[in-house]
Amino acid sequence: MRPFTAHRGVVAPLDRVNVDTDQMVPKQFLKLLTREGYGRILFYDWRYLPGEQPNPDFVLNRPRYKDASILLARANFGCGSSREHAPWAIRDYGFRAILAPSYADIFYNNCFKNGILPVTVRNDQIDELFKRSEANQGYSVTVDLEQQMVTDDAGLNYSFTIDPFRRDCLLKGLDDIGLTLVHEAEIAAFEKKNLRIPSLHSALDVQYHHE
Amino acid sequence: MALRTLYEKIWETHVVHEEPGQPSLIYIDRHLVHEGTSPQAFSGLKVAGRRVRRPELTFAVMDHSVSTKDRLLPVADPDAASQFEALARNCQEHGINLFDMHSRNQGIVHVIGPELGITLPGATIVCGDSHTSTHGALGALAFGIGTSEVEHVLATQCLSQFKSKTLKIDMPGKRPRGVTAKDMILAIIGKIGIGGGNGHVAEYTGEAVRNLSMEGRMTMCNMSIEAGARAGMVAPDETTFAYVEGRPFAPQGKDFQIAIDYWRSLATDPGAPYDTTVVLRADDLAPMVTWGTNPGMVTQVTDRVPDPSSFQDPVDRKAAENALAYMALEPGTPIVDIPLDRVFIGSCTNSRLEDLRAAARVAAGKRVSKSLKQALVVPGSRVVKAQAEKEGLDKVFRDAGFEWRDAGCSMCIGMNDDVLLSGERSASTSNRNFEGRQGKGGRTHLVSPVMAAAAAIEGHFVDIRNWSSADGTE
Repeated sequence: MRPFTAHRGVVAPLDRVNVDTDQMVPKQFLKLLTREGYGRILFYDWRYLPGEQPNPDFVLNRPRYKDASILLARANFGCGSSREHAPWAIRDYGFRAILAPSYADIFYNNCFKNGILPVTVRNDQIDELFKRSEANQGYSVTVDLEQQMVTDDAGLNYSFTIDPFRRDCLLKGLDDIGLTLVHEAEIAAFEKKNLRIPSLHSALDVQYHHE
Repeated sequence: MALRTLYEKIWETHVVHEEPGQPSLIYIDRHLVHEGTSPQAFSGLKVAGRRVRRPELTFAVMDHSVSTKDRLLPVADPDAASQFEALARNCQEHGINLFDMHSRNQGIVHVIGPELGITLPGATIVCGDSHTSTHGALGALAFGIGTSEVEHVLATQCLSQFKSKTLKIDMPGKRPRGVTAKDMILAIIGKIGIGGGNGHVAEYTGEAVRNLSMEGRMTMCNMSIEAGARAGMVAPDETTFAYVEGRPFAPQGKDFQIAIDYWRSLATDPGAPYDTTVVLRADDLAPMVTWGTNPGMVTQVTDRVPDPSSFQDPVDRKAAENALAYMALEPGTPIVDIPLDRVFIGSCTNSRLEDLRAAARVAAGKRVSKSLKQALVVPGSRVVKAQAEKEGLDKVFRDAGFEWRDAGCSMCIGMNDDVLLSGERSASTSNRNFEGRQGKGGRTHLVSPVMAAAAAIEGHFVDIRNWSSADGTE
């Protein structure tokens, strides 16, 4: 996984609450077999008119946000379906960080698996960021994971909290499966101890032994 | 000893490794896999040269993209075909049990898990699908995961997880006639909001929940995710044990008796504290209908479409304005005056035998309104379908003008041929009314199976409580 330490970029303000993952990647794109190439699809139904013509009313199609790499959003961002296609699309589009007051649990998890930093920012601070990004063309912030700070060139200075373990994994770009396999002996011991608990495992064991 | 909740008991028996300040490594008893969210996980395994650790605890099924029409025809959609092929190949390579589209046990993953006894009380169950919360109805800890986590479970049979907070959703009282489990959960979501359960695992308690059948409990737990809760649970009781007994993958004979003794011990200790508690009396509930573009935008059937100006918070007001524009609804319109184009009875929320029986009682001897383009009934599994046909429900529906289909996710997600066209409006027993969910530009209203069946007959919503003698409830 690509590590995340700090990132400076243009902020794109998506002023909608409860943005669900169906909007990020609509169902017709859930049949691909890869993790790449979803950038074109991100927010498909909002972003395009028929014939895949860019919808000029959608925020990401406005020229001033063309090179945005930080997404500013409202509460409960990423609710609904567990589809990891959503963070794949966000990453592939070019976003490295998200700023929102809250996230849905599964989406939040999925971001960390893909090198995207979802920063939780207080509601009043989110309002201020919306104000600044809409008022200033090319409005940029720096999201610094090491310092746990969001800053801009006009004195904005917001600290944020994040779970230290998640922070560490993202800073180092650690592979989750590799981390777990360090505990192989404990996994094997757990399995040995629980193998014959009838309430959980014997039905399947019996089933398979008979085959 | 400290008093513990159902969630905490299951969590503690599954911890493989824990350290302060880190997520715990928890063991996964059942991993359910479908064609939509697994191909990238298997590719990842391959790239890393890893194997599936416990193929015998992994169960795969084709459900999201399957046709609900004639399965003997070749798969028309080449992308869907390549997903099916990938799943079949991956299952074969790794020795995973697969219920393919021709299996007599095929169905929606969250319907077949409980139905086959794969889902058991006290188990940890995951699937790359947010509606995995359904399985919590049996007293399991079950939740949806992303594809990276699917790969993680395939490789290690474990998942690295932070413990959630606990949310008690207590529903005292008796649910009135015409009010179903679907209305109970929609009312809860309306009360706490679609982010209300974020960071929590919900446990449903109280007389109205206890009195639900296993299938009703599944409907409630299914939509826990729509309230933001990653999992929903109901403590196992006699209803649960009676449901599990004799199912193909469940413990049998003496093992079953031993299992029951253990399952009984899982119920939350009296007086155990929860982080958050919500109480909603069941006596006051009414049939519910969503009016907007998320399941929290919901009201009673006797109400009207709300006026966005009635929302205090500017963000909520704007969301309501957006929703009404998308839904093409005027504020103040009575819910019962909303005309429909299609009706869908199905999905992992409401496609089990009890749902179909209730809808059939409403439809019996009546005709689907001529103003409707389509009324679909899609059983959740082929086992449900076979039983329904044995009871003659297919004939009841067909005689009334409904289409009777093969099992799958169908119009809940529209990854198959069953979709809403742009501008069309549906009454749907599914779980999400997000923009474009059932088809680009489609407008979805979520309701219970009896409300959907009655709406199909009339061509618009009706209050099932005073519509006819057949209220569909037992």
